[in-house]
Amino acid sequence: MRTAIKKPKVIVMSGYGLNCEEETKFAFDRAGGAADIVHINDLIKNPKMLAKYKILAFPGGFAYGDDTGSGKAYANKFKNHLGKELEKFLKRNTLIIGICNGFQIITNLGIVPGGLTFNKGGKYLDRWVDLEAVGESPWLRGIKKISIPIAHGEGRYIIGEGYERLIQEKAVAFKYTKGRICKFQNLEKNPNGSEHDIAGVLGYRGRVLGMMPHPERGMFFRQRPDYYKEKELRTREGKILPEEADGFQIFKNGIKYFQ
Amino acid sequence: SLPLIAPKVELKKRPPVIKVPLNIPDKELALLGKEGIPEGRSRRGPLALDLQSMKAIQEYFQKLGRAPNDIELESLAQTWSEHCKHTIFADPIDDAPKGLYKTYIKEATNLIRKKKGKRDFCISVFSDNSGGIIFDDEYMITHKVETHNSPSALDPFGGAITGIVGVNRDALGFGLGAKPVANAFGFCFGEPDDARPIYRGKDKKTAMFPPRRIMEGVIRGINSGGNCSGIPTLSGFVRYDDRFKGKPLVFAGTVGLIPRKIRGKPSHEKSAKPGDYVVMLGGRVGADGIHGATFSSVAMDSSSPATAVQIGDPITQKKLSDAIVREARGAGLYSSITDNGAGGLSCSVAEMAKESGGARVDLEKVPLKYPNLEPWQIWISESQERMTLSVPKKNWKEFNALMRSRGVEATVIGVFTGSGRMAVRWKGKTIMDMPLEFLHNGLPKHRLEGSPHTYWHEEPALPKGTNRTKELEKLLANNNVAGFSFISDQYDYEVQGGSVLKPLSGPGRINTDAQVFSPVLNSKKGVVLSTGVYPSYSDISTYAMAAAAIDTAVRNAVAAGAPLSHLAILDNFCWCSSYDKVRLFELHEALKACYKYAVGYGTPFISGKDSMWNDFRGYDEEGKPIKISIPPTLLISAIGVAPDVSRTVSPEFKNAGDLIYILGETNDELGASEYAKMLAGKTGAIGNRVPKVNLARNLHTYRALESAMKDGLVASAISVSSGGLGAALAKAAIGGMLGAEISLKNLPGNASTVDAKLFSESQGRVVLSIAPKHERAFRKIIGKNPFAKLGRVIGGSKFEIRDKNQKVVGTNVGKLCSAYHSFSKKMR
Repeated sequence: MRTAIKKPKVIVMSGYGLNCEEETKFAFDRAGGAADIVHINDLIKNPKMLAKYKILAFPGGFAYGDDTGSGKAYANKFKNHLGKELEKFLKRNTLIIGICNGFQIITNLGIVPGGLTFNKGGKYLDRWVDLEAVGESPWLRGIKKISIPIAHGEGRYIIGEGYERLIQEKAVAFKYTKGRICKFQNLEKNPNGSEHDIAGVLGYRGRVLGMMPHPERGMFFRQRPDYYKEKELRTREGKILPEEADGFQIFKNGIKYFQ
Repeated sequence: SLPLIAPKVELKKRPPVIKVPLNIPDKELALLGKEGIPEGRSRRGPLALDLQSMKAIQEYFQKLGRAPNDIELESLAQTWSEHCKHTIFADPIDDAPKGLYKTYIKEATNLIRKKKGKRDFCISVFSDNSGGIIFDDEYMITHKVETHNSPSALDPFGGAITGIVGVNRDALGFGLGAKPVANAFGFCFGEPDDARPIYRGKDKKTAMFPPRRIMEGVIRGINSGGNCSGIPTLSGFVRYDDRFKGKPLVFAGTVGLIPRKIRGKPSHEKSAKPGDYVVMLGGRVGADGIHGATFSSVAMDSSSPATAVQIGDPITQKKLSDAIVREARGAGLYSSITDNGAGGLSCSVAEMAKESGGARVDLEKVPLKYPNLEPWQIWISESQERMTLSVPKKNWKEFNALMRSRGVEATVIGVFTGSGRMAVRWKGKTIMDMPLEFLHNGLPKHRLEGSPHTYWHEEPALPKGTNRTKELEKLLANNNVAGFSFISDQYDYEVQGGSVLKPLSGPGRINTDAQVFSPVLNSKKGVVLSTGVYPSYSDISTYAMAAAAIDTAVRNAVAAGAPLSHLAILDNFCWCSSYDKVRLFELHEALKACYKYAVGYGTPFISGKDSMWNDFRGYDEEGKPIKISIPPTLLISAIGVAPDVSRTVSPEFKNAGDLIYILGETNDELGASEYAKMLAGKTGAIGNRVPKVNLARNLHTYRALESAMKDGLVASAISVSSGGLGAALAKAAIGGMLGAEISLKNLPGNASTVDAKLFSESQGRVVLSIAPKHERAFRKIIGKNPFAKLGRVIGGSKFEIRDKNQKVVGTNVGKLCSAYHSFSKKMR
């Protein structure tokens, strides 16, 4: 019972076309948190609810079909109804993560720098990428290089003049790099033409993380594109296959921050 | 920038209901059935009712002593349409008085389930919007595959997106509502480089879209529908043939997941009760999708209405889907649910009325996109994102409040009754009142007859000499064998976090013939999906075509690690000129094969759908009349449950030094193969020896392969299908980016020429690679089944195949890889 009480509470937003909330909740729960999926309208009806949470997660999806620009409509709804609560939440020692569409939402909320636009190829793209963690953040503890998937049409990160400041504040979280997966499948490192190869950024001294790639889709070893090769070769060497994969560390870090 | 004016649709007001006199000469009656109710100088669009059906309706209303209202006639046309009632599969034919469906499909499943006894894994088959089988003690998985051919020809994007979001609703409409967990697609297009125009109208009017344009629109439609809904698009295939130019085939499938029990009751049981509200949920009704069901039940010509195509909005449906599956279902707020697809409300309400024993609808209560729709239009419109539910009166307040808070529109449009009748009112006035008995069973049976027919083709002229390097590279670039990463890449197959064996596999990113995913994240069990389809085999024999489709779907699944004992299949028949006696004979032949091989492999049919009128009637570039009919095509989709995903296997080679084996016999069966078609070009010399399926032998082989995989002896397994052994070996090498040294010396089977050995599409074959240390154990398991060691995987890039000490293929993996991916590169 006591352990149950200790579990940091996570609120995973849903509604209007967000669609990664279930696997995002699964990741936080598995990492030792207690996550609730909450529809934005329920939070608007009862804004005080936010006070009992330590982590706020905006999962991936297609909020409002991206029809008015990715993440815009959902961010405006959140700002208009929950602006004050969000400020209060950020004043406390809390964490926020925005993944893919969630990243697009929190850039529109203005709590992480920069913005996102259409991939250089102009097409929606689903593939795996390699990331190098460069920023300072509770989310990134112990992470150097990780490989997880992207799936987006508007993932090209734009910062322009702001880059200098990003560097000073160590606010770049992840850069696309040529690592294990790019070598394995002979892919270019930066899939969408993001400026300075930026895949994720930080706000509020690293407490807010926004990233295009999906750590919750890289939680398990079996999800990796090189799973079958690794499985075969490692089993031959009598090794036991790890169950978890890179992406999971991010959720563990979020939970560990409060324990 | 755009002006800030929203476009406004204004329909001119007309009398809500008109009477349609039926005491008219047969000629006019037939015309009424074909082209629809007269309106001014034109007609409203096809009722797709033949004279016999029209006469049955005439007789019915004569007895009542009145003329039908337009809405009654339109309603009957929807319910009786080929699209909804599958008349061709229901009517007595030749020596099958019970009809094709009952005699071959249903009977096969019943027999298999009886044989399996306690090990029967079917839960709900044929009776619901999808078929449901056991996943584990807690969950059931469902599958359904639809076609959306006619709409995709007229409006490729709209047709395809409604195809995929439409079949998503077949998951939502299963039992009390299953959560969509995977999408599947299948495309059959005309040749993308074919620019010769064809027209629907005389004097080169109303040109059809060229194949490339249709392809691009359809791909975008599935992209938008699947990605926006947060459903992974895992499984898919694409085929090309000139004859898909008039009507492409667009298959869309959805796998659902649902707890076997909800609130202590079996989740697949549902029943609207008399007194429950008829509730329409989701989108509003517009003029889009009028006559969708009926126009897809006839050949496409100048009268085919583009307004028959609906326009889909995935987000509206996503909101509805979440509210149902996550909240209303668990709260037990409704007693039954079904999808609004073909025929719209007229079909969904009339279907559910069977459960309660009747229904009454007040059409003016239906929320509209814009005013002045006529009652008959509201009743049959196929506007998307709508479900029909039966909600007990006491739950309505809570149900409605929940839906509002989720941004989903719910409306009470009537009440379920026990009257035995389907009644429709407009502002209090009854405009339709019909016994369910006549509505559902009044359709007269036709007696169908096939007339036997056989085809003969010149044999393909085989190349001289024995070196087939060029031919293999050319075949890999052929759009029916090549990779299609240009499609797979733009579909989100990772959402929901379950994908294991993905659409593209290995360093060389080859397209997989089967996909594996884990829908329950904390379970090690996996779902295996695969397909089999060979349209061109119909040019020789539809029996062989159907047999090969089943064998390939089964083999693809087994080669990925699905156990035969927990594998089900779905049938999608896409036929042409279906009242033509030869086509009926060919259909009957295909169904005989379905029965034999489904029963033989113990793989029950759990769901199916047919599209019988894939013909185009129009004019060619000179304005001459033409008819383009698709080759009769059966798509078989397989769905299985793997007890442990860590025992599933991917198709590409893994390690230099591994031994390469083949299971199964390679015979002189080049007939209608991709190789034969490539050699034949336009001459049509595709040969006659189409692959035959040896049931007993393949069954033993697959069982042996299954246990070898269970013991973890198999490093890679690729099913040999289109393109034959040559293509399979090349793909395994490309996938693993490893070389291979192969000898065809001991190849089992009667293949005599090097062409047959390399490119014959003999069924029942799998190419494997295994670690040398496993060889003894492997041979022991394979035992007396036909097999041969072909050679070994090597480091570096050399790819060499020898036959009788001659080099028949000498190239490198880099060359093969760029050939394999060249088509995708062109299409990007």
